[in-house]
Amino acid sequence: MQITLNVRRFNPEDQRGVHWQAYEMDVPEHFTVLDALMQVREEIDGTLGMRCSCRSAICGSCAMRINGHAKLACKTRIIALGGEGQEIIVEPAGNMPVIKDLIADMTPFWDKIRAVEPYLQTDNPPPPREYRVPDEAMEHLTGVMACIMCGACVSDCTVLEAELKLGKPYNETFLAPAALAKAYRFVGDPRDEHQKERLEKLSEPHGIYDCTHCYECVEVCPKDVAPMDRIIKMREMAVENGITNNTGVRHAKAAADSIKASGRNYELTFYPKSVGMFNVRELIPVMPTGVSLMKKAGTHLIMPHKAKNADRIKKMFETVEKRKKKEAR
Amino acid sequence: MALRYAYWPGCVAKGGCPELYESMAAVAEVLDIELIELHEASCTGFGVLSEQNPELADTLNCRTFSMAEKLGLPLLNICSTCQGVMSAANYKVQHDQAYLDRINGNLAEEGLHYSGNVTVKNFLWALVEDIGLDVLRSKVKRPLHDLWMAPFYGCYILRPSQKLGIDADKPRDTYLEQVIEACGASPVDYYGKTKCCGFPIVTMNRVNSLSMAGDHLLEAKGKGADAMVTPCPLCHLNLDSQQPAAAGIKHQAIGLPVLHLPQLVGLALGISPKELRLNRHVVSAEAVVMKAATA
Repeated sequence: MQITLNVRRFNPEDQRGVHWQAYEMDVPEHFTVLDALMQVREEIDGTLGMRCSCRSAICGSCAMRINGHAKLACKTRIIALGGEGQEIIVEPAGNMPVIKDLIADMTPFWDKIRAVEPYLQTDNPPPPREYRVPDEAMEHLTGVMACIMCGACVSDCTVLEAELKLGKPYNETFLAPAALAKAYRFVGDPRDEHQKERLEKLSEPHGIYDCTHCYECVEVCPKDVAPMDRIIKMREMAVENGITNNTGVRHAKAAADSIKASGRNYELTFYPKSVGMFNVRELIPVMPTGVSLMKKAGTHLIMPHKAKNADRIKKMFETVEKRKKKEAR
Repeated sequence: MALRYAYWPGCVAKGGCPELYESMAAVAEVLDIELIELHEASCTGFGVLSEQNPELADTLNCRTFSMAEKLGLPLLNICSTCQGVMSAANYKVQHDQAYLDRINGNLAEEGLHYSGNVTVKNFLWALVEDIGLDVLRSKVKRPLHDLWMAPFYGCYILRPSQKLGIDADKPRDTYLEQVIEACGASPVDYYGKTKCCGFPIVTMNRVNSLSMAGDHLLEAKGKGADAMVTPCPLCHLNLDSQQPAAAGIKHQAIGLPVLHLPQLVGLALGISPKELRLNRHVVSAEAVVMKAATA
């Protein structure tokens, strides 16, 4: 089939800077994007820089952006992108500096992985023989253990992208999905004895509460690690460990209280309840938005709507909460 | 014959964005859609309630589904976030009978039961799949030929695609562009259209949140958009109500109107801008109204 590979090129030793190069080629139907890129490098243009190794979606070397989304080039079949006549846009992974062409510099990626201390931490001496844990205590970790560190989730993380656009240095940005999924691997490990300390650190700025729920990482992960689901799970675990003195938890509590009381979320109270009712430094900048919202929505905000028979919703809250408490005992 | 739906408008359509609720009512009348509002239903928990108590959030959503099931109707919403949370809850109970049984144990307290068979649809999906774009085109009285519209989906209606039923047969990640075209307007293609508006972290990290909104608004404007259109009122809060603040953080003027989906459709259907409450936004939609009037 005839295709065009449109590749984002960059060579720091070349005056042209970032530019696009199109390769028109005839490839067999079974080809992946990586097969096509390798054919370019071997037969058309030996200067094309790329990173790959196993060609079997195991090594994680060939993560790059294909048609705007992070994918493993070796796992992406051209026919699945539309096949015959398609133009395929290939760029290096996002949210990382580029070394050359499709080769991203993964240094910030590894720095973030290191920041979550990805190794078992214990205070007590290890048991004389091996650690014994029941299967079910480890099963929930198999998903995160499948991570191949390809960086696809970091490439497409929308929070990290916004922060880098603001010009923040990497060490002052969101820990991002891969490192947080790795953190979950140890937070959830029954042998690790620093769960609470880890969760306390992860609840600080740049940690679990900076995630914006966009699901990009879940969508692009080639190994179904579902980093965002792990982040959300750690928020639940942090609360269970009594780590509640932060905006994220107060926000969730404001939401729950509002729904419990009226069956609806009442957005105007969320901000002051989350940052603190007397937190003048945080509240002053949002005053103009509050005023324009009041002007816009008027009585809808001053006298918030309520579900009909809202007491039934409150009762449902109590039913489920009671059940949860009973089972925890 | 009228299409009938059990209707969950969501909290924001009755709180911070009443213009969405009112414009949907006007559009439903012209499109001959009967909306039976579930006044007793609760907020979906917008992905936040489930952080602390997933079973509670799923129970509340199944409670809403059971009300639609009782009416024997599919459930219509006008909020990407509601759609995402409801789709995820529905997916979970439809793939785990034991969990559904457990949820039904909670619902039994109120004498309710959910069998797992309700279809949940955002108005965007209903426009394409139930009403049909040909029918919509045939009802357009004011083709919006001069308008360049930037689609903004909202995360929850796009991802995770598997739980939202997005595939080759139902390319729901292209519907907004299709509806824009059916209204006679032209869709603007830009990188940010499927990205996050930043709203979920506005209380936790306001600078990041508004920066996200600002990036997408500025990109859309730079690509020639006259306005944005979104099926998500929470996105609307960040993109419209917070736009002046986002402009401040990005150190650039923006001034891009943001329409709710029913407002765009309503304009094309010939409904008056006043009835669509296009005068109720923080960022004036006057320029859009003017362009529509000359169409």
